[in-house]
Amino acid sequence: MTMAKRLKHVDVVTIGVGLTGSMMALELARTGLKVVGIERGAPRFTVPNFQSPAIHDELRFSIRKAMMQDNVKEAVTFRNASDQTALPIRRWESFLPGTGLGGSFVHWNGQSFRFQKADFIYKTHIEQRYGKKILDPELTIQDWGVTYDELEPHFDRFEYLLGTSGKAGNIKGAIQPGGNPFEAPRARDYPTPPQKEPHFGALFRKGAESLGYHPYPQPSSNLSQPYTNPEGLALQQCVFCGFCERYACEHFAKASPQTVILPVLMKHPNFELRTNCQVLRINLDSTGKKATGVTYADATGAEFEQPADLVLITAFPLNNVRMLLLSRIGKPYDPTSGEGVVGRNYSYQTTGGATVFLDESVNVNPFMASGANGTMIDDFGGDNFDHGPLGFIGGQYVGAIMTGGRPIEFHPTPPGTPRWGLGWKQAVTRHYNHTVLIQQHGTSTASRLNYLSLDPTYKDAWGLPLLRMTFDFPENDIRMSQYMADKVVEIGRAMGGKAIIRGGTKRPYTTTVYQSTHNCGGAVMGEDPTTSVVNRYLQCWDVPNVFSVGASAFPQNGTYNYTVTIGALTYWALEAIKNKYLKAPGPLVQA
Amino acid sequence: MLSAGSGAAAAAEGIDASSSSAAHAVSNSAPTTYVFLNREEAAFIERAVARLIPADAKWPGAFEAGVPNYIDKQLAGAWGAGERLYRSGPWRPGTPTQGYQLPFTPAELFHTALAAIEKDLASAGTPFSRMNSEQQDAYLRRLETGEKDLGGVPSDVFFDHLWQCTLEGFFSDPVYGGNRDMTAWRMVGFPGAYASYYELVDQHGIKIDRAPTSLAEDAHGHMIVKPGIPAKSP
Repeated sequence: MTMAKRLKHVDVVTIGVGLTGSMMALELARTGLKVVGIERGAPRFTVPNFQSPAIHDELRFSIRKAMMQDNVKEAVTFRNASDQTALPIRRWESFLPGTGLGGSFVHWNGQSFRFQKADFIYKTHIEQRYGKKILDPELTIQDWGVTYDELEPHFDRFEYLLGTSGKAGNIKGAIQPGGNPFEAPRARDYPTPPQKEPHFGALFRKGAESLGYHPYPQPSSNLSQPYTNPEGLALQQCVFCGFCERYACEHFAKASPQTVILPVLMKHPNFELRTNCQVLRINLDSTGKKATGVTYADATGAEFEQPADLVLITAFPLNNVRMLLLSRIGKPYDPTSGEGVVGRNYSYQTTGGATVFLDESVNVNPFMASGANGTMIDDFGGDNFDHGPLGFIGGQYVGAIMTGGRPIEFHPTPPGTPRWGLGWKQAVTRHYNHTVLIQQHGTSTASRLNYLSLDPTYKDAWGLPLLRMTFDFPENDIRMSQYMADKVVEIGRAMGGKAIIRGGTKRPYTTTVYQSTHNCGGAVMGEDPTTSVVNRYLQCWDVPNVFSVGASAFPQNGTYNYTVTIGALTYWALEAIKNKYLKAPGPLVQA
Repeated sequence: MLSAGSGAAAAAEGIDASSSSAAHAVSNSAPTTYVFLNREEAAFIERAVARLIPADAKWPGAFEAGVPNYIDKQLAGAWGAGERLYRSGPWRPGTPTQGYQLPFTPAELFHTALAAIEKDLASAGTPFSRMNSEQQDAYLRRLETGEKDLGGVPSDVFFDHLWQCTLEGFFSDPVYGGNRDMTAWRMVGFPGAYASYYELVDQHGIKIDRAPTSLAEDAHGHMIVKPGIPAKSP
């Protein structure tokens, strides 16, 4: 084996230049530190890479998944339970990790929620309200070690970076008409007003209101009007072209690193971007308690050692966990003993939804959409309703959220339709423009049975073990999703549904159907080093000059799409790094 | 078979008579030149997709829309060769929740399964092309339920690939060789690859009657150029 070429020392390395990597890099470059961002994928920018007509290609982006991690090089192995043999997910379906400059924050839908107060103190909150008995024995929920009130200024800052379009429901405790009355208090309204409400949203609003619920416009980072963010970068008004999810935005209308950070970061003299470079491991010194930098392979396969004082793991959550395991940072989780932390509390997102078939006189026009212009209710989100008599914890938001009506994926047919043939064709023709999808989207409760580890058999293109995922939905989450599915059918009927397909989550979890790309946990944050990998500032307990940033730190998943909470958490960690760590490098919390 | 290289206009032979008028609606489409499928394979694919999405009095079916051409080009290209497919062993059957676990690339899967189908039909004495529609549907249903082993490819796995490819070829942009004349988009009312709906999105319930647009005829042809945005990585 050839020796890696040793490069000149820098102050900071980020592993991945997506959402968290670009945020971290810009702030730290501004403090005077030399920052190198190492990105495994290609460099790409709105111009020329995301332009029309090529970007509006359902086959290439939605079906062939052109923006996602290349399975040929890096897959994830999967099994439902520890007594099974994990096998590679050979093609992505259930979740879609992005790759390339900007990461998954390029192909996201722009659905922009804050987690709620109770989410951050979940264990404490649930046990105080319901007692410990409501928790199934396998559940391992815990508090985050940071509170909503501590994060609020960072939520605010992140939303203003993005220009998020929405209507406040709660400003400093005062409920605002038209917004979500269940949201946690915010210091001020969204930077831009909500997007226009499409027909499917109006239909849902009417149905939900008739049942006494509280519909509100989904907060969207596909912007309702032009906006210049605090970095001086201008975003445009979204035109509802219907190509957000799994696509990049050609219009400069969706917040992404390319629109809200990178143009500033790329010009900063203290920042250097290296693309098509795969980080193989974080190097530790002989004590195992200090990182000395990273080793990576460039596009030709040549290996380099990049020494650095501070290493930031800013990859997709699953890859954050894999990087820790490959680098032997932290004790791997053992599901038999319950000991160890890396890989523990992997959680996902519990989804569901209904397909509501309407009269032929109702034109829905599902193709007039952004990725986040739904109308929704939060009456059953998180702990917004009394779970005492129900026997489960957690909840879901419910909404008519249609993201473009692209027909390879969207061609609904009512129950009883043949799977193919003339009957299928006629049903597709009849129902395409007269059907509304209602989505359920909610909590994923951590369980001692679900975890991430290194696979003993399968390897990536560089010969390193793939990440192994062991996951099935906890029974608690099935009960929750099934309870919600009945509520959703009632809303569908109130909307005038002639036929409704009910869709609550069932076991076993399958990797063959798209559900969510909100994989989280596995390197969770907390106040106790025996149940967390990173402290409340996302700093590794075992190697204090390594921070693991992003949703890998979530101890369990909340009701909502997680991007905005990742952004707030990143600014929270940045503040601690700038104001505390850089002044006195070392553990920010004593174990 | 419908001779390979013949155009959609030749579709009437061996296919429901009802398809002929619809087929004429797209008779200007280019003939299919098969680069991957051999004559026997193409003959089966043409007739199978014509049953999966048949023509009717109003709308052409998958055959007339050029789906066999789409499938041929996909199998000949990167996807057929296993693009974005993790291809390292060991190979184990797995659970349904673990997804596709066969060593075949799509190209290998189609060649293997289609050869086995050819053999199966030859031994039964009735080629697919000589079956009537009901018999063809019954044969496809036997494939769908996984009744047959097609040279190591379970027939339900092959059927799922064939159906997914048919959907893709029917509904994807015409630049990929199917969805000729955007016929499937016209059928459901999808306006196609590119549009701005800002002025229309809150006009609830309106009917959009304009012709769809394909990637190939994107009249806008614009790039959104903004000063200060790097067009290339430094």
